[in-house]
Amino acid sequence: MTTPVEQERTQPEAVGEEVAAEDRPWQTVVWNDPVNLMSYVTYVFQKLFGFSRDHATKLMLDVHHKGKAIVTSGTKDKVEADVAKLHAAGLWATMQRAS
Amino acid sequence: MKRWIRDGDVVVGRLDRQEAAVVRGLVSQIQDMLLARAEEAPQDELAELTGIRTGSSEAPDDPILGRLLPDFHRLDDDAPDPDEVNSAAALRSLHEPELLDHKTGAAETVLRTCSPDGGEIRLTIAQAEAWMASLNDVRLALGTALDVTEDMPDELPPEDPRSPHLGVYHWLTWVQDTLVEAMLP
Repeated sequence: MTTPVEQERTQPEAVGEEVAAEDRPWQTVVWNDPVNLMSYVTYVFQKLFGFSRDHATKLMLDVHHKGKAIVTSGTKDKVEADVAKLHAAGLWATMQRAS
Repeated sequence: MKRWIRDGDVVVGRLDRQEAAVVRGLVSQIQDMLLARAEEAPQDELAELTGIRTGSSEAPDDPILGRLLPDFHRLDDDAPDPDEVNSAAALRSLHEPELLDHKTGAAETVLRTCSPDGGEIRLTIAQAEAWMASLNDVRLALGTALDVTEDMPDELPPEDPRSPHLGVYHWLTWVQDTLVEAMLP
């Protein structure tokens, strides 16, 4: 559960200079915890984000095996709303700028 | 308790009297903790006029409430980024009232649909989702209190003070898991 996870890149590699912080999208991160059920986490991903069973299962397994997964990304408002929904479902979610 | 069964738009389960008492007791305790937290929210006249509520900007000291009401950013324990600390406080203040409503509402649904006498429980899909979320909150609370880990054994040595509670935790895990299975699309 401590293996570092490869960051998903949602922006093309910056050529020459770094992408300005304000241009980088936000990401919703779900963290592994020892209580949440694998079946429930899959259900929540399908229900909240409309993911297919396969995609929801893949993300759930990433959380389980890698310790975390980026489940959605986009504007600050969208990601903030997604984190709030995940908290309502009892998942441990946070938001961060894409690196 | 038999496993939950979905029949169209209805989800059916059954608890005996003792099981119903366990579920109701634990759900009530969590609801009380959340309601107490809601009462700690700052009162201000502007909020009452505008209807825009403001929650506490500080994370709860209690580890159980802390797990039920997480921060919006992953803050470094030793050297948190000041910008993220400020942002987490603002986001908590903005979102916590609604989160508390959601969780206490789910608990209320369980208490309303689970008779103290036990017996058959018939739930709409929305009510079944409230049960899943509420059972999950109870398991998060118990898991935090019992310091549950990924490789927790099914039973602890009898001299471990957590031993009797772990049985309840595992039973609730089974109840929630069969409910999720019945609900999975």
